[in-house]
Amino acid sequence: MRRLDAERVRHDTPELHRTVHGLEMSYLDSAASSLPPRAVIEAMNRYYERTHTNVHRGVYEIAEEATEAYEHARRAIGAFIGAPIPDREIVFTKNATESFNLLAHSWGRSNLAKGDVVVLTEMEHHANIVPWLQLREERGIELRYLPVDSRFRLDLADLDAMVSGASLVSITAMSNVLGTMPPVRVLADAAHSAGALVAIDAAQLVGHAPMDVQALGVDFACFSAHKMLGPTGLGVLWARAELLDAMPPFLGGGGMILDVRTDGFKPADPPHRFEAGTPPIAETVGLTAAVRYLEALGMDAVAAHDLDLTAYTLDRLSSRFGDKVTVFGPPDLEARGGVLSIELEGVHAHDLAQVLDRYGVCVRPGHHCAKPLMRRLGVPATARVSFGPYSLERDVDALFDGLDHALSMFG
Amino acid sequence: MDDLEDLYREIILDHYRSPRNRGELDSPPAHRTEGFNPLCGDEIVLTILVEDGAVQDIKIAGHGCSISQSSASLMSGAVKGKSVEDTRATMGTFRRMMTVDDAGDESEEPVNLRSLGELAALQGVVKFPVRIKCATLAWNTLAQALSELGA
Repeated sequence: MRRLDAERVRHDTPELHRTVHGLEMSYLDSAASSLPPRAVIEAMNRYYERTHTNVHRGVYEIAEEATEAYEHARRAIGAFIGAPIPDREIVFTKNATESFNLLAHSWGRSNLAKGDVVVLTEMEHHANIVPWLQLREERGIELRYLPVDSRFRLDLADLDAMVSGASLVSITAMSNVLGTMPPVRVLADAAHSAGALVAIDAAQLVGHAPMDVQALGVDFACFSAHKMLGPTGLGVLWARAELLDAMPPFLGGGGMILDVRTDGFKPADPPHRFEAGTPPIAETVGLTAAVRYLEALGMDAVAAHDLDLTAYTLDRLSSRFGDKVTVFGPPDLEARGGVLSIELEGVHAHDLAQVLDRYGVCVRPGHHCAKPLMRRLGVPATARVSFGPYSLERDVDALFDGLDHALSMFG
Repeated sequence: MDDLEDLYREIILDHYRSPRNRGELDSPPAHRTEGFNPLCGDEIVLTILVEDGAVQDIKIAGHGCSISQSSASLMSGAVKGKSVEDTRATMGTFRRMMTVDDAGDESEEPVNLRSLGELAALQGVVKFPVRIKCATLAWNTLAQALSELGA
């Protein structure tokens, strides 16, 4: 297998050339947002300098070029995640959160009635909880949560009972707090046996490990471009074509119609049915460049690099800090990604992050938009460490120096 | 890292490690108000007994970072036993200390740090705008409690 040259990726990433407080930046917050390589930024610049106009409107040359660039992005990201028919199945949204809202409002409202069941997990991001809670308030659907066990994995002992009678099982493919990668295929098979559809929150997975929606056996996938080295402002909903075909529009307006009269409208076919208004065109060009960049690195190599750093971190956290550090996340490398949360004895996550900032170390303190999980873990906040293909062992070493300082200050 | 020392003064760390007036008063007769910082999940439970126009007792529960917890602890000490009028004055002075200076503030009198006593230790927070909300959480909760009491 190819190995990742993280120094090279770092070289390619302009933001990592700046300093913070006069120090090299140790960016350990890729789970919040990843840093785009120069190729992504330049692709978007080139688009704005040479090709920009609106899509699906004009007949002049650059209008055709812009439309082709936009539709090309659909094929690029579709191929990247193993979508069978990208041209019909990739819907561009604003972010992963909007993708979930589209799913809940369009598919949910036309398929779920009072008493219908949606199964989530205790480790979901708010984006995969709140839209379902809204449907619960609106029409009385039932939500069930697959529990997290003491080793920070899903407890699947009651899986069959939990998915029995469910209409949808909507789960994260990689926890943004713990790094846990639930066995999506196992869950999908159980859900399908029970007659339920399966959606995944792939926001943390898509840029960090090989992902194939057909191999995973899922029906819907939601993710965003900015967590896979792409730009902000762009999300993706992938859904099997026949499901999208049956779904009503979510947002209404230009671009999503076949015809409009004063007393009615006919919606366009998917995916355009779900893309009302001028879309984030330059961002899709950036996404294509991000896909090409990740493909060149090799997703197996990206995943292995994340795990190498995770092993390095877990090992030294334990040997250097012992009982003073609690790690929230699987202690082994089995079915996990490069995300872990820590609590330092006697030091609140915000204070820890503040001290780390002075070492040039960027980590995320707080509840990580997963408050039900934080309640389950029994902590108000954690400091989250997450890796990207540009992360290095010396970033982790800087983290450890900051942990020492925080312990001496607050301990 | 001087500004870090400026933020985490010894007095702040002391109040964080050994918070004063910790716990909850029986409610009733005390009034109970909760405050949240949705950004970071800090929570304050403030119970306060106001009688005869004065803060007879106050206790703080909840959890949060050193800045929010020490600010709450310092606040409880600063207002316990004070008249509601003096409490409001201290609240106003503290809030002004936590305000990032802008041109519109010229008419305001400079903050009298001496009048704040130990609370002045929190002035370093202003240099860390993200943390101002931590420092003001307890105070906003106190303001809400007083307004709920009509005091």
